[in-house]
Amino acid sequence: MSFNLEFEFNSKEAKQWSKLGPRAMYGQFMLKMAEECESLMVLSADLGRSSGLDRFKAKYPDKYLSVGISEQNLIGIASGLAREGHKVFISSFAPFLSMRSSEQIRMNLGYMELPVNIVALGSGVSMAFLGNSHFGLEDLAVMRAIPNINISSPADCGELGKVLNDYCYNSRGPSYIRLTGVPGSPIVYENDYNYKFGIPYEINKGKNILILATGSIVGQTKIALEKLQEFGVNPSLYNIHTLRNKCEYILNLIKKYKIIITVEEHSIIGGLASIVSEVIAQNNFRGKLFPIALPNSFGPTGEYRYLLDHHGLTGDKIFTAIKEIL
Amino acid sequence: MSFDCGQPSHIGGALSIVDILAVLYGGISNFDITGRKNRFILSKGHGVLGLFSVLHHVGKISKEKISTFQKNGSEFIAHPIANHALGIESSNGSLGQGLSYGIGIALSYLKRKNEGQVFVLMGDGECYEGSVWEASITATETKLENMTVIIDCNGYQNDGAIGDKMNARDISKKWRGFGWHVIECDGHDHQRLYLALNHKHKNKPTAIIAKTTKGKGIKFMEDNNDWHHNRLTEKLFDEAMNEL
Repeated sequence: MSFNLEFEFNSKEAKQWSKLGPRAMYGQFMLKMAEECESLMVLSADLGRSSGLDRFKAKYPDKYLSVGISEQNLIGIASGLAREGHKVFISSFAPFLSMRSSEQIRMNLGYMELPVNIVALGSGVSMAFLGNSHFGLEDLAVMRAIPNINISSPADCGELGKVLNDYCYNSRGPSYIRLTGVPGSPIVYENDYNYKFGIPYEINKGKNILILATGSIVGQTKIALEKLQEFGVNPSLYNIHTLRNKCEYILNLIKKYKIIITVEEHSIIGGLASIVSEVIAQNNFRGKLFPIALPNSFGPTGEYRYLLDHHGLTGDKIFTAIKEIL
Repeated sequence: MSFDCGQPSHIGGALSIVDILAVLYGGISNFDITGRKNRFILSKGHGVLGLFSVLHHVGKISKEKISTFQKNGSEFIAHPIANHALGIESSNGSLGQGLSYGIGIALSYLKRKNEGQVFVLMGDGECYEGSVWEASITATETKLENMTVIIDCNGYQNDGAIGDKMNARDISKKWRGFGWHVIECDGHDHQRLYLALNHKHKNKPTAIIAKTTKGKGIKFMEDNNDWHHNRLTEKLFDEAMNEL
């Protein structure tokens, strides 16, 4: 791994990173980035350890600040630093950032367009036994409604590295980077690949059926795809790693298909299913959408694997659901 | 501006901060929005009429520009919209957000060894916002001696007098309790303001608790909260101008 304009990795690293999981890898990537990025500032609101930042804090005390348990304050301070030209990355759990401090995000990142990068930890249901207070069920819905904010939802740890690197070395403006998955979540990219900000990544070019997935659930969807192929069906599968206010790329993708399936670890309201529904309705497409998502309710808590199974988001369950659609 | 636009505007809370702004821009000055100099953030965004007037007097905003105040499509409205060329540092209007933002700038100054002080002006009513106190803790924990907060204690908020635990004396106690160096002063006394605004305390941020009069300078507006947000008739406008 090396950071710079090009971020590359090998298959050994991909395996190792997957075992560590996205939160630990965020900390590792920041550690590496600090070597090359003079103006970097990494902030947390008392969740430095949960962000894998212990080593970062010890090695780069001048580039690190914990503001205590004060997420609204965190956004303001990060914005002031960004105004002065620092590259700023901040992290906390998804609902605390996207909802408790959503108005600070609206004013500073949305209205003033200050280029702060928000890393939302443990989104979806990956916080397991910590429960609904810590789940990121509605964060995409909230963030997507605020103008000027890029949203990234990396599929695995390799892609997380690509996304962080891309925001560090390009002037993309403010961003919300949504981390889902846990240590051991399936690897989507076993080898280095060509990541392009905003452009969906084609995992499989199939026929008639289009599957769009986002976040770590892309890995589960890839398992479902393999099962579908064994079953004799060959749908197209794309990784929607970037979710923006304007989704022209989705428009280009879906117009060729009559059956569109979205898969996401987010409420059925306001996330990928909503984005695609809006594109279909507003463009008078005839494609029919079958969303696979979390329900608009507070569900049970338990191990991550149990929750994915409960919500029909494991490879097996996604395969079964798609088979039934067909 | 307020009369010209024919609309109600925040007059009372703008008049209470005019002396503070006059001393900041006239006496402390050296404001340069490009950085490495003093910075000013109007956290109580609804006091923006005061800021526009002062920025006009120091030659930052032309008469043509401010004459569009609260007219359709204007960027000079009831709350500041960031415009660095004109000396408006940040967009405000939602209270309790300016201090955290200012802390970010002040921290950057310390890291880069930039001279200059960051001034954040807030209202007494604004101090009800919890985010103010979140920020106040960071400012002391980071020993932000290049940060000066000015609290405009005019004694009123939107719906009337502020609560009895938020008078100037109690607000002083709160800031002192949060570890700030506190200076109490008459917010209309230019000499006292000048000394307070020039003060820098080693290893501590400074809070100036400025006792002010809402609607200062216009008799019928002074301490009359009807002028928090109100429209001037021609008769009242003439009366006010005669007094000034």
